[in-house]
Amino acid sequence: MKQEGKTSLSRRQFLVMTAATGTGLTLGMLLPGCSREEPVQSQAGPGKAGGEVIAPIRFEPNAFVRIGTDNRVTVIIKHLEMGQGTYTGLATLVAEELDAAWSQINVEGAPADANTYNNLFWGKMQGTGGSTAIANSYEQMRKAGAAAREMLIAAAAKKWQVAEGDITVQAGLLRHQTGGHQASFGELAELAAQEAVPEDVLLKEPEEFRLIGTRVPRKDSNAKTNGTAMFTQDVKLPGMLTALVAHPPRFGATVKSFAAGKARAVPGVDAVVEIPNGVAVLGKDFWSAKKGRDALQIEWDESSAFTLGSDELLAQYKALSEKPGSVARNDGDVPGVLLSASKRLKATLEFPFLAHAALEPMNCVMQRHQDGVEIWNGDQFQTGDQKAVAGVFGIAPEQVKINMLYAGGSFGRRANPQSDYLIETAAIVKAVGGEAPVKLVWTREDDMRAGYYRPMYVHKLEAGLDADGNPVAWQHRIVGQSIIAGTVFEVGMVKDGVDVTSVEGASNLPYAIPNISVDLQTTTLPVPVQWWRSVGSTHTAFAVETFIDQLALAANRDPVEYRRTLLKGHPRHLGVLELAAQKSDWGSPMGAGRGRGIAVHESFNTFVAQVAEVTVHADRIFSVDRVVIAVDCGIAVNPDIVRAQMEGGMGFGLAAALSSEITFSEGHVVQSNFHDYTVLRINQMPKVEVHIVNSAQPPTGVGEPATPVIAPAVANALSAATGQRFNRLPLKLSA
Amino acid sequence: MIQFTINGSPQQLDIDPDTPLLWAIRDSIGLTGTKFGCGMAQCGACTVHLDGKAIRSCVTPVTAAEGKSVTTIEGLGSAAAKAVQDAWVRLDVVQCGYCQSGQIMSAVDLLSRNPHPSDKDIDDAMTGNICRCNTYVRIRAAIKQASKALS
Ligand code: FES
Ligand code: FES
Repeated sequence: MKQEGKTSLSRRQFLVMTAATGTGLTLGMLLPGCSREEPVQSQAGPGKAGGEVIAPIRFEPNAFVRIGTDNRVTVIIKHLEMGQGTYTGLATLVAEELDAAWSQINVEGAPADANTYNNLFWGKMQGTGGSTAIANSYEQMRKAGAAAREMLIAAAAKKWQVAEGDITVQAGLLRHQTGGHQASFGELAELAAQEAVPEDVLLKEPEEFRLIGTRVPRKDSNAKTNGTAMFTQDVKLPGMLTALVAHPPRFGATVKSFAAGKARAVPGVDAVVEIPNGVAVLGKDFWSAKKGRDALQIEWDESSAFTLGSDELLAQYKALSEKPGSVARNDGDVPGVLLSASKRLKATLEFPFLAHAALEPMNCVMQRHQDGVEIWNGDQFQTGDQKAVAGVFGIAPEQVKINMLYAGGSFGRRANPQSDYLIETAAIVKAVGGEAPVKLVWTREDDMRAGYYRPMYVHKLEAGLDADGNPVAWQHRIVGQSIIAGTVFEVGMVKDGVDVTSVEGASNLPYAIPNISVDLQTTTLPVPVQWWRSVGSTHTAFAVETFIDQLALAANRDPVEYRRTLLKGHPRHLGVLELAAQKSDWGSPMGAGRGRGIAVHESFNTFVAQVAEVTVHADRIFSVDRVVIAVDCGIAVNPDIVRAQMEGGMGFGLAAALSSEITFSEGHVVQSNFHDYTVLRINQMPKVEVHIVNSAQPPTGVGEPATPVIAPAVANALSAATGQRFNRLPLKLSA
Repeated sequence: MIQFTINGSPQQLDIDPDTPLLWAIRDSIGLTGTKFGCGMAQCGACTVHLDGKAIRSCVTPVTAAEGKSVTTIEGLGSAAAKAVQDAWVRLDVVQCGYCQSGQIMSAVDLLSRNPHPSDKDIDDAMTGNICRCNTYVRIRAAIKQASKALS
């Protein structure tokens, strides 16, 4: 991937707009590969406070940078801010090349537009996921900043009658030393907007960075510390109704009949409507809608509902794990070599369904206008959602406008390929009719019980060792539902019957073993499933990293040394392995009842190793005391945010390692709230150390890659402390 | 009619008496810094101060506030609150931010009662506040920094 150097931008590709308002000017930019013609519109751009475009004579929404005469630089962010720090990270890229002062930078969520704000790794789709925000924007946002900078310089050179090359830019100020000239961005914004577009944009070399690689403060800290940050839950519009939905008690059930009288009698209840997946009660506020929903009387048709329990599913999955599935990888001759191996080891592993359980339960605000639909949402899959909602109303996707808000977490949930919660909101708006805005609110119980989940899986592993304890054959079978089947991603992500997200982290096993087979048994259930922070790696990393430890133990070798030998040719895996081992003082004595475990895993092109230290207490209780994390994510654009994502991502995985699970009983979801779907609390949070590998590689994502590594590290530590093996998550010590 | 003070201003609400204080604050009064996360005193997102003490407003009926003084994130102003919010910003504690009003209300309550909490005091006082982004390492550090600033 080439990052530095000259990039051509033709005049047509770069557009300059002047908003004739007090707020000043917009430097709008259309990057290579995104060119398109648009009709003239005299309308404000994203988030602008009004004003009309006077030059050139067309509205171009592909703007990433706006510079006002008030000296504010606004960076338009195409990705959802859900905690991962993308508003700060992407703005840093622009500010770096623009040589702006960090304090003059504002950020703003972009509107939905597949042509302009698409995720460059996803084709013509706008969305956030797969830890791609920084990686796909790295060049794009820097070019936007660099182009704006050159235009400011050109404007200053003309104004001061000096050579461009003699002008310096630093922290938002342009200077001409010998002439004694100085001007802020704001002072030059109007002139810069009339400048020709630079043919070439020169990007900085990494050694010239002054913001990238440093800790710049988060842009959202103040608002999220004083209560002013706006989430979907906080939207209040004139005449808005709050909607709660009674969902089917089991997946696959439908409404047979319902009596709305008692619900309607609740003061404040405005309407009761049937929608495809239940009955919605609309009230003037949450409490009236909630009371109304509680008063609903619904008879459900459960004739084709899901009625199995987790135990029955587990038995089915285990039976399937005995049969070969679709081949994801097949190197050499696994069955033959297994037969002749000196030692054979086996493991069958169980993983439950998991809820995302973001702290902001699912919600969405939507309003029908005469000429379209407007949405207020922390939207993670903007253009897919736009299409889905347009489909419900029979309008064009462009008629659906999305106003971006912060999301109170997501962990994948708000990037639902089926746009489930948006379609639910749309169905309510449509059923109610009129133009009243509707806020759909899921309670925690709805959030826990109405789906979607990380699928349940069973893994079966078998390996053969030679006389020296080296692995010579590795067989890995995965059984579970496909996340991708039936979604728009199916074309690219299901290959020869293998959903790549089911086997990622297993089929790309980095260990040097001559014979490897990985296959997949895909199951079909009416339980709705979806990606969950780190997707396939949530289960494959545990399988691979606990089994490799089991092999090391059988070979009587140290787990770090064993991995090191097998990771030759994978320098970045090795780099984080060595760093974590060194920083954790691997090999030093631990004392009775304590244990140390390591795991290393790559996901989303980021490499993470973790060493966990555990203490086993009485009554089969254990604590995770300390976790040392080493990460290689290429250039760490903001090392403090990298650290935050390592801490938080690890904690998210630790919750699933320690206690979270969704189970079914006769088709009913057993758990309902945080008392029985338990997540990590502060008293369970270990001490965490994060070490970042110094790298000049292009940056890769950090939102997800810390999550899958902790469960195997903890399991391996518990094995070291107790001698027990752990065959299921969440982890439980046996007596 | 229910009367109480919110962030120093008197408030009169004509409201269903079993409405939880949380929804009175959010929907009737229109202050949205206080969040809804679980509705059953499990997550702490709805934490406010009632006569200076941290409570879960999602399980507190609005009638329990009658004649009392309610403080929400929007109304914080004490020295302890300032120290906590400053430390929160300085350490960039927040991620998604949704839990943080509740975390801060609990932290301010802790430091008001106990200006120099031990690690265990912090864990004990903050265990009722879930952060799904798991910002706990920084919450601990920020409370310590705020405690230092207060002394
Ligand atoms: S919303 Fe009150 S404790 Fe969770
Ligand atoms: S910052 Fe996201 S839940 Fe705490």
